[in-house]
Amino acid sequence: MKNLLSISDLDQAGIIEVCDLTDSFLTVTHRDIPKVPALRGKTVASVFYEDSTRTRLSFETAAKRLSADVMTMNMSSSSVQKGESLRDTVQTIEAMGVDAIVIRHRHAGAPNQVATWVDLSVINAGDGRHEHPTQALLDVYTARRHLGDDLSGARIAIVGDIRRSRVARSTAKAFAQMGAKVTLVAPPTMLPDSLAGWPVTATSDFDEILSDVDLVYLLRIQHERQDSMAFPSLREYVSRYGLTNDRATRLGPEVLIMHPGPMNRGVEISPEVAESDASIITEQVENGVAVRMAVLYLLLGSGAPVA
Amino acid sequence: MVIRGGLVVDINGERKADVRVEVGKVTEVGTKLRGDREIDASGCVVSPGLVDMHVHLREPGMEEAETIETGSRAAALGGFTAVIAMPNTEPPQDDPIIISAVKARAQTALCDVYPAGAITKQREGLELAPMGEMHSLGVRIFTDDGACVASAGVMRSALQYARSLPGAIVAQHAEDETLATGHMHEGEWSSRLGIPGRPAEAEEIIVARDCILAAQTGTPVHFLHLSTAGSVAIVRAAKAQGIPVTAEAAPHHFTFTDESCATFDPLFKVNPPLRTKDDVAAVKAGLADGTIDVIASDHAPHPTETKERTFEEASPGMLGLETALALGISELVDAGVMTLTELLALMSWSPARLSGLADHGATIEKGVTANLCVIDPNLEWVLDPANLASRAQNTPMGGRKLKGKNRHTILRGEVVVLDGQATR
Repeated sequence: MKNLLSISDLDQAGIIEVCDLTDSFLTVTHRDIPKVPALRGKTVASVFYEDSTRTRLSFETAAKRLSADVMTMNMSSSSVQKGESLRDTVQTIEAMGVDAIVIRHRHAGAPNQVATWVDLSVINAGDGRHEHPTQALLDVYTARRHLGDDLSGARIAIVGDIRRSRVARSTAKAFAQMGAKVTLVAPPTMLPDSLAGWPVTATSDFDEILSDVDLVYLLRIQHERQDSMAFPSLREYVSRYGLTNDRATRLGPEVLIMHPGPMNRGVEISPEVAESDASIITEQVENGVAVRMAVLYLLLGSGAPVA
Repeated sequence: MVIRGGLVVDINGERKADVRVEVGKVTEVGTKLRGDREIDASGCVVSPGLVDMHVHLREPGMEEAETIETGSRAAALGGFTAVIAMPNTEPPQDDPIIISAVKARAQTALCDVYPAGAITKQREGLELAPMGEMHSLGVRIFTDDGACVASAGVMRSALQYARSLPGAIVAQHAEDETLATGHMHEGEWSSRLGIPGRPAEAEEIIVARDCILAAQTGTPVHFLHLSTAGSVAIVRAAKAQGIPVTAEAAPHHFTFTDESCATFDPLFKVNPPLRTKDDVAAVKAGLADGTIDVIASDHAPHPTETKERTFEEASPGMLGLETALALGISELVDAGVMTLTELLALMSWSPARLSGLADHGATIEKGVTANLCVIDPNLEWVLDPANLASRAQNTPMGGRKLKGKNRHTILRGEVVVLDGQATR
């Protein structure tokens, strides 16, 4: 595999391969010196056209723990501001002898386009409303650690602005690929215009499915969405779709809570629920580094066993 | 000059005949004609020149994408002898001075260029442009194309005012801007790809509204680039009630679907967007049953740098003049939707009559102006964007095998295209 543009680039076996590699890298990250020489001599450029401290740090940490050299391109203060095109930018980076570009862009498909312009590996770190495949991989990895390796039949609810969410587009597919039963939960204005090709079901009644899930995956609600008439007010959103303390008590005792971060405490999730034992949100972040090590290793590594 | 050995096709049907052309006119149609100069038309169809009611020639203001010269050369190569130039130039064609300037620049063009006038000043949809002054310079098509006249009040005023302008047609780019906020057809593929959409109802709402306004004012409304099944149904119903509406369809709307956008290639970005299989079928059916009156290319050149952006940032539109005929032949004639003569009606005499161009689309007989094209309907060729006459190269059909090509074009008796090459 050369690029990771979409979670669809991986079949079930591919996702399991990433998870297995992640297991080994997680051990590495727990060592006193959490570093292996697997990608020594390789250079990874992180090219972020949209601010994202979390994802950028996660990728850069992953690359450094694999001993790769890391170039950070802050595109908000670079030649992009001088009008340089995306194509010129990535071809310039390629000319510097970089082995992989980790790209975040505010528009769907930018990584796909970049992959047609350069020969090096392209990793999608989130593009517009399209996809966020490494988020999906860390979500599956984290869920498997709690629900068991076999996710088939696991009941997973993804709640929030699915229509405008790249996380939902990748994570729903990844869970479904692993055999889980995925239900999207949102007001109709936040569900996709069409569910053709989505291996999921959808509902606008959160309360109805509370007793019927094993894992609740909450998406960040962006306040500015009120302008797009997706919902009337935050208060109304919380009352109908927030994971409030009251709704949390109606979940089964073993139900897990996930969130891609950053959270809006008090909106999609109550502060108490975020801190509860059911929440495995911090673990997602921790696993994120190891998952990204696995992805970088798969795309850039020699294929030799991890040290 | 004699055009020899072709099948002459026009509104009166088809017959095997040679055509003599002298000093800009057709002087004789018959068999076994000989002349000092003979143009070979064997195996070809001799038709009145094609007429494209919808092209963007980008001059003045965006000459890096196209000029009247390069665009008219592309038109001539495509078999067109007349085009209507849309007014979204910079400055826009919203004023008699700009109209006169465009007409002056078009004197040496390789086809007749008729500028359309804007409906509103600066195409902003707020105040009426001087339609009467532009009409007195010969403008018959008024449109804010590229932008929809969003206000029902402004549109009604334009239609009422146009009653005083004989032959005037108000043409609408039908897309409600509060719904068409995205970049591709809203549906299965936009939902999969995460690209914000432009729903079918954005077009249909304006089409329905303007059918009502056409009925109320009696002024003809022409719908540009009709693209959805719902729009076709609305226009069909309006025509059945005798409401004075007409419509056009662009070749890309009967050739491609929204699935083409799955590679995020901005060359497939166009407004209104590529729609679904069902919409494509409805557009074809509308062309076959007369609901849609003409095929118009919506030739929209854009420089490479505005197409090498993300799908969401790229400019909408694609080239069309040199591929329109081939797409008509492969998608409509070869697909069994219509005969070649019916296709030529949609591309020549129907748009000529609708646009009020007496010199174009005429019956090929003694005395008419020699605006002709000679088409080889069976020639197979592969499109290389670098070989197009347009300055821009924004076509998604590079490398595509096409069937049917214009061979010669005669503009007022002058051979402007000979054997697929422009003569100037």
